[in-house]
Amino acid sequence: MNPYRRHPFIRVATVLVYIFLYAPIVVLVLYSFNASRTNVLFEGFISSFGPLKTSGSLVTQSPCGPFHWFCELSRNREVGVAARNTLTIAFISTLTSTVIGTMAALALQRYNFRMKPFSQISLYIPIVIPEIVMGIGILTLFSQLFGVLNNALGLAGDSRLSLGLGTVIVSHIAFSVPFVTLVVQARLQGFDKSYEEAAMDLGANELVTFWRVTFPMILPGVLSGALLAFTLSLDDFVITFFTTGPGATTLPIYVYGLLRRIITPQVNALSTIWIAIVLTAVILLQRLQNREA
Amino acid sequence: MQSEFAVELRDVVKQFVTPEGNLLNAVDHVTMQIKNGEFFSMLGSSGCGKTTSLRMIAGFEWPTEGEVYIEGKPMGHTPPFQRKVNTVFQNYALFQHMTVYQNVAFGLEMEGADKNEIEKRVKRALEMVQLTGMERRKPRQLSGGQQQRVAVARALVKLPDVLLLDEPLGALDLKLRKEMQLELKALQQELGITFIYVTHDQEEALTMSDRIAVMSKGKVMQMGTPVEIYERPANRFVADFIGESNFLEGKIKSVSADEASVFVPALNAELSGVPMSKDFVNGEEVVISIRPEKIRIVDADAEKDGVFRAKVINSIYIGSDTHVFLDCNGVRLKVMEQNHISRLDPHSFYHKDQAVGVYLIPENTLVLKKEA
Amino acid sequence: MLQRLRENKAWQGTLLALPTTLWLFVLLVIPLFLTLVVSFGRRSPDGGVIYGFSFHNYLRLIGYSTNCPAGQSACFDPLYAQILWRSLTLAFWTTVIVILLAYPLAYFIARSHPRRRNTFLMLVLVPLWTNFVIRVYAWMMLLREQGVINGVLGWIAAQFGLPFQPLQMLYTPGAVLVGMVYEFLPFMILPIFTSLEKIELPLYEAAADLGANPFRTFLRVTLPLSMPGVVAGTILVFIPVMGTFIVSDLLGGKQVILVGNLIQNQFLSARDPTFGSAASLILMIMTLIVTYFYTRKFGFGEEIITA
Repeated sequence: MNPYRRHPFIRVATVLVYIFLYAPIVVLVLYSFNASRTNVLFEGFISSFGPLKTSGSLVTQSPCGPFHWFCELSRNREVGVAARNTLTIAFISTLTSTVIGTMAALALQRYNFRMKPFSQISLYIPIVIPEIVMGIGILTLFSQLFGVLNNALGLAGDSRLSLGLGTVIVSHIAFSVPFVTLVVQARLQGFDKSYEEAAMDLGANELVTFWRVTFPMILPGVLSGALLAFTLSLDDFVITFFTTGPGATTLPIYVYGLLRRIITPQVNALSTIWIAIVLTAVILLQRLQNREA
Repeated sequence: MQSEFAVELRDVVKQFVTPEGNLLNAVDHVTMQIKNGEFFSMLGSSGCGKTTSLRMIAGFEWPTEGEVYIEGKPMGHTPPFQRKVNTVFQNYALFQHMTVYQNVAFGLEMEGADKNEIEKRVKRALEMVQLTGMERRKPRQLSGGQQQRVAVARALVKLPDVLLLDEPLGALDLKLRKEMQLELKALQQELGITFIYVTHDQEEALTMSDRIAVMSKGKVMQMGTPVEIYERPANRFVADFIGESNFLEGKIKSVSADEASVFVPALNAELSGVPMSKDFVNGEEVVISIRPEKIRIVDADAEKDGVFRAKVINSIYIGSDTHVFLDCNGVRLKVMEQNHISRLDPHSFYHKDQAVGVYLIPENTLVLKKEA
Repeated sequence: MLQRLRENKAWQGTLLALPTTLWLFVLLVIPLFLTLVVSFGRRSPDGGVIYGFSFHNYLRLIGYSTNCPAGQSACFDPLYAQILWRSLTLAFWTTVIVILLAYPLAYFIARSHPRRRNTFLMLVLVPLWTNFVIRVYAWMMLLREQGVINGVLGWIAAQFGLPFQPLQMLYTPGAVLVGMVYEFLPFMILPIFTSLEKIELPLYEAAADLGANPFRTFLRVTLPLSMPGVVAGTILVFIPVMGTFIVSDLLGGKQVILVGNLIQNQFLSARDPTFGSAASLILMIMTLIVTYFYTRKFGFGEEIITA
């Protein structure tokens, strides 16, 4: 019996589902090179380099050639700011949630303490509750809290506490930390305590044992938790939407705002860059996994 | 400074909460004294408390009651890294992310030894376990036997007063296990370090140990040299657990200093001159334990004191020995005979329903309390 | 001090878990509680909250209305109940379709050669990690009146000299359904794959040995053993579909209003946070009920975190 034999139906269905998954992406990427401004049909690449020339709805020549829309995008200062915000938020929230999430995973897997059931259950909140419920809840919290604080401290004008990068980061940590904890916890489940006992037996105290033995061994789990937190943060729209303020626009928020008004090939260019980054990351990840195996 | 005992457990209790919420004494009032330079084994089936006892010596667990002494000093809640004992773990617990060299050097690094010193001592330790040249391998790239040696080297390089070994050979195949047994024993004699060895394999314990503690249900059933344990088991449990025994129920007729006469109803006979190691009184119900290899099968018509008629139930050829099961007046006896002659003829072996005589030699038997 | 901390395992655990637990308590538990408090209040004229204890927001959601034809003080207005029902049915159908699409693919990957398995999985990750909003945009491009699908259809029609009227696809319930399915498909593939991958080959061999044909093996062995994955996937799909408002906003326009849009609207343009809070709690309760009954039957394991 060939274990890898699959029914023809499965094969056909698989091909169709992959097409369904990739057709929109291919179109998105292709159209970021479209000569047509209206972006209805693909009307060829912009083939010649030189000063901008248009004919009707077609761009026939651009200083950047086929990469016309990417150049346009790079001149868009709002996109630059949004990209910087997105990365800042993702880095800080990933770092924080990885550190405290790993600590919590160790606690939940290794120790017994009074608030353990509560800690464990609270991890499932972001999974079983729709994001929008969390979003408006956090919004309510911040607006109430800031209202009270601004009044109490007599803050006014620019010094008033308000929604912004800080609130977005704090909220991103809240929804990503449970995922980090659960991933690391799953890794710890297969972790034999005797490695740590061996280290202590050989003279390492708790701290040295953690850094020299435990941490290197759970590192793959911590990294995949961090990766998950990072992608969750990059991808997040809903929570950011409710907790962001002036000057703290992220890329998803920016694109959403744009799409409600116009459709422009610039968004395609942005999407193409995003997809290229994801593709690179995925390929690197696979290389890494293959090397590990 | 030297205490007479390398390790001493005084009335130690370790209590655990079972998953069902009951309290369980995994170790139940255990007292043991392990002498300096001794090869000491704790022997018992799983759950007998041997590993828990070892872990309390190592410092991974703390006693609920009682105290563990190492070199005469009470250990209290001293953490493992402050005890001068080292452990060879059951699954070796080699650090997978470190090389062989790094594994062995780890303990020395923790002592703060300088680089040259570490290098010298690691080299010597690896020579000792015949792993020179493997320094840069990762544990995964080694065979089971090699991993086992690394684990031993890693623990011994610290020159501990006591080396604790938790079923270190359990994962190896039979042949390699026998080799390693001899090697470990030789190593222990060469270094003169106290070894405390946990195993469920009685042959292993008998082969290697100076003294053995037989444990069951958290208690020490008997402590003694291999010869004492095998030839003079203290109770029915040990007689049954170590090697094999036939048990005959009987009643004490008379006792002298270290012998007794026992009436065995099943044989309708009195056996006299049976050794005993405990105090018994006349009329006491006892069991007589007889090792299968110490019973002789003789001709059916042999007339002699201590020879009884029996019938062969079954005979099993197992290579070096033949195991013969006999029915002796309704008592089932197992006898082991060595096959010291090479023979092929099937008729030369015992066969079912063959009438034979069994010779129970009194000095090869032992009186034990009826209750285990 | 150090010695006492070293011996007190309970304290160590508490200390390690404290930052996460505190964070989740302040940012998840307290907000839920505040939402509950607000939902019992009334909207103030400036869009703020007048605290109180009134169920009128909840009554409104199930159809009680005071905005009635002359002469009536109260009447039935099904608008909000319809929105809730629409969200529920859309989430249901999305989940069903996603399971049907995800299962064969997950099965294919799980039964592919281990060397190629990773590549197939990575192919699922790329669309997943491509931004949520960007993925909606892709479907806007495809579906709009002057979009790619209509363009291609028109081009084909022109080749045959047929008249072509562009189809109205964007801003229909169908568009929202397709968008939802596309968005959440990977969240179903990964957990089903994880549970299928765990099934060991000898199990298939045993089933075959005992006389089960491939179809019966699938029904009696594969399917039951992959249920944890399906359950985890359902939770990962159903719950977000219930609460998402971008897909319906961008692909459904004003035509397809879901509870997510309702809530968003109350907090932004309609400025009635009390009503929005009540709707949000009803949404949460609906998802919790579904999750509870669903997981009580099957339970979900670590598959939940594979995505």
